[in-house]
Amino acid sequence: MSALVEWFALPLQFDFMQRALLVSLVAGVVCALLSCWMTLTGWSLLGDAVSHAVLPGVVLSYLLGLPFAVGALVFGAGSVALIGAVNRTSRVKEDAAIGIVFTAMFGIGVVLISRVPSETDLMHILFGNVLGVSDSEILQILAMAALVVTVVAVKHRDLTLYAFDPVHAHAIGLRPRRLEALLLALLSVTVVIALQAVGIILVVAMVVIPGATAYLLTDRFERMLLIAVAVSVTASVLGTYVSFYADVATGGAVVVAQACGFALAYLGAPRHGVLARRLRRRTVAAG
Amino acid sequence: MTATGTTAAAPQPCAQSAAPALVVAGVTVHYGDVCALEDVSLSVGPGRICGLLGANGSGKSTLFTAIMGLTAADAGSVRILDCDPATARRRGTVGYVPQSEQVDWAFPVRVIDVVMMGRYGRMGPTRRPRRADREAVDAALERTGLADLAHRQIGALSGGQRKRAFVARGIAQGARVFLLDEPFAGVDRGSEATIIEVLAAMRDEGHTLLVSTHDLAGVGRLCDEAALLQRRLLAHGPPGEVLAPERLMEAFGIAPLPEGRPA
Repeated sequence: MSALVEWFALPLQFDFMQRALLVSLVAGVVCALLSCWMTLTGWSLLGDAVSHAVLPGVVLSYLLGLPFAVGALVFGAGSVALIGAVNRTSRVKEDAAIGIVFTAMFGIGVVLISRVPSETDLMHILFGNVLGVSDSEILQILAMAALVVTVVAVKHRDLTLYAFDPVHAHAIGLRPRRLEALLLALLSVTVVIALQAVGIILVVAMVVIPGATAYLLTDRFERMLLIAVAVSVTASVLGTYVSFYADVATGGAVVVAQACGFALAYLGAPRHGVLARRLRRRTVAAG
Repeated sequence: MTATGTTAAAPQPCAQSAAPALVVAGVTVHYGDVCALEDVSLSVGPGRICGLLGANGSGKSTLFTAIMGLTAADAGSVRILDCDPATARRRGTVGYVPQSEQVDWAFPVRVIDVVMMGRYGRMGPTRRPRRADREAVDAALERTGLADLAHRQIGALSGGQRKRAFVARGIAQGARVFLLDEPFAGVDRGSEATIIEVLAAMRDEGHTLLVSTHDLAGVGRLCDEAALLQRRLLAHGPPGEVLAPERLMEAFGIAPLPEGRPA
C-alpha cells in the first residue's frame, strides 16, 4: 500500500510533473465533455480536422509573440467555416471538404515551420510537450477550460436536444443553427486546450475516445458525461505517471491508456459490450 | 426565418379571427432545379384530422418542413392558428412527430427525457425542469399509455410506443397543430389501433392533426378528411372521395389494392 502511495507521491515533488498533471487533467475533463456530443453527432472526423488546421495558427502566434491560443482559435474556427463554405458552395461532399481544408492548413503550417527560427519545435507541436509547458500556457489553458465548462453547464440540455432532434428544436422556436455554431466553437476551444497535452496528432483521440467509451456503458446522457470524464481523467493521470516512470512520450501514454479503457468497455460493457451481446444471442438461441 | 416574404411583411403576427387552424396558401418549393411543391393550398379546421397521401417523393415531407418554416418557400404563405410560422413556433403551437428513419434510436435518452424536450421552449435558458414541466410530462406520458415505460431508453420501445412517445412530447409542449410524418410505418395492427385511439382523443379536444401516410386503409379509419399530393394538390375532401380509384391512379401511378399495405 505504501509502495503505491509512494509511486503516486514521488513524481509530485517535481514542479514540471505537477504542471504536466494539471494540464493533462484539465484537458482530460474538457475533452471528455465535448467527446460525448462528438460521438452522438458523428463529428469525430471534424475534431481531427480542426486539430490539424490550427498548426499555422500556432506557428504564427509564436512568430508574432501572441499567446498560442489566439492563432490556434482563429485558424480552428476559420477552418470550420471554410469546410462549411466549400461544402455549401460546390458539389464537393463534406468528407472531401474536410480532407481538403485540414490538409491544406496543415501543409501551410509545415511550410511556415520550415522557415521559422528553431525555437518553435515541430515535434513539440505535433506530439505535445506537456512536461515543458510554460506558466503563460497554463494560464491560457485554465481560462479556456473555465469558459468551456461554464458554457456546457449552462447549455448542455440545448446541445443534447440539437444532437438528438434539430427539427424539433426549430419547431419549438429555438435556433438549431446557433446551437450547431456553439458546439463547433466549443470544439475549437477544446482542441486548442488538448493541443498542449497530447499534441496535434493525438488530439482527435481525446475528443472521441472518452465519449465513445461512455456510450458503450450507459443509456443516459448525464451519466455518459460523468463516465466520459472519469475515464478520461483516469487515463490522463495514469498516462502521465507511466510516461514519468517508463520515460516514454506523455501524450502517447495518455492516449494508449484511453484506448485500453475503450477496449475494456468494448469487450466487457454490461449491455452493449461484445461479450454481453454474444452471451445474449446464445441465451436467445438456447431458449 | 419565415416561410415567405408575404408573412414576413405582415404587420400583425396574429390576427383575432376564428379561422382554420392551419392554412397553406399557394406554397411553392424548389430544390435547385427540382420543383418539390407547386402552388399547394390546403386549409384544415380546428379539431380535424387530415390525412396527407402521396407516393414517395410526392412532397409530403417538404410540405411539413415548409409549414414549420424549415424549408424556405419560393412563393405562398403559411398561417398556423392565425399566426405566422415564426410566432407559432415560439408559442410552441406546432408539434412534430418525425419519421422513424430520422431518429437515432440508439441515442442515450429515456422516454421521459424525450417528452421533456417538448417543454424546452417554455423553460429558462438552462432548460432546468420546474414542477409544472414535470407535471405536464407525467400527464402526457399517462395520456399516451407510456407511464410505465418512462424510464426506458427510447430505442427499447416497440414501433408503436416510439410514435406515442413523440406524440407525448407534442402534448407536453402544449401543441395545438400536430404534424405526423408516417406515424404508421413499421407499426403492427394492434399498435396502430392504440395510436389511432390517442390521435382521435386529441382531435376531440380540438387539436388539429396533419398525418402523412401511404397506408390507405388507415386513412378511412382515422381521418376526417384527406388530401392527395403529387407535387401539386390533386384532391382534398372526404376520404371516400379522395380515395377514389381514378385519383389514386393519378397520384401513385397504379391502382392500389383496397386493403393494400405497402411493405
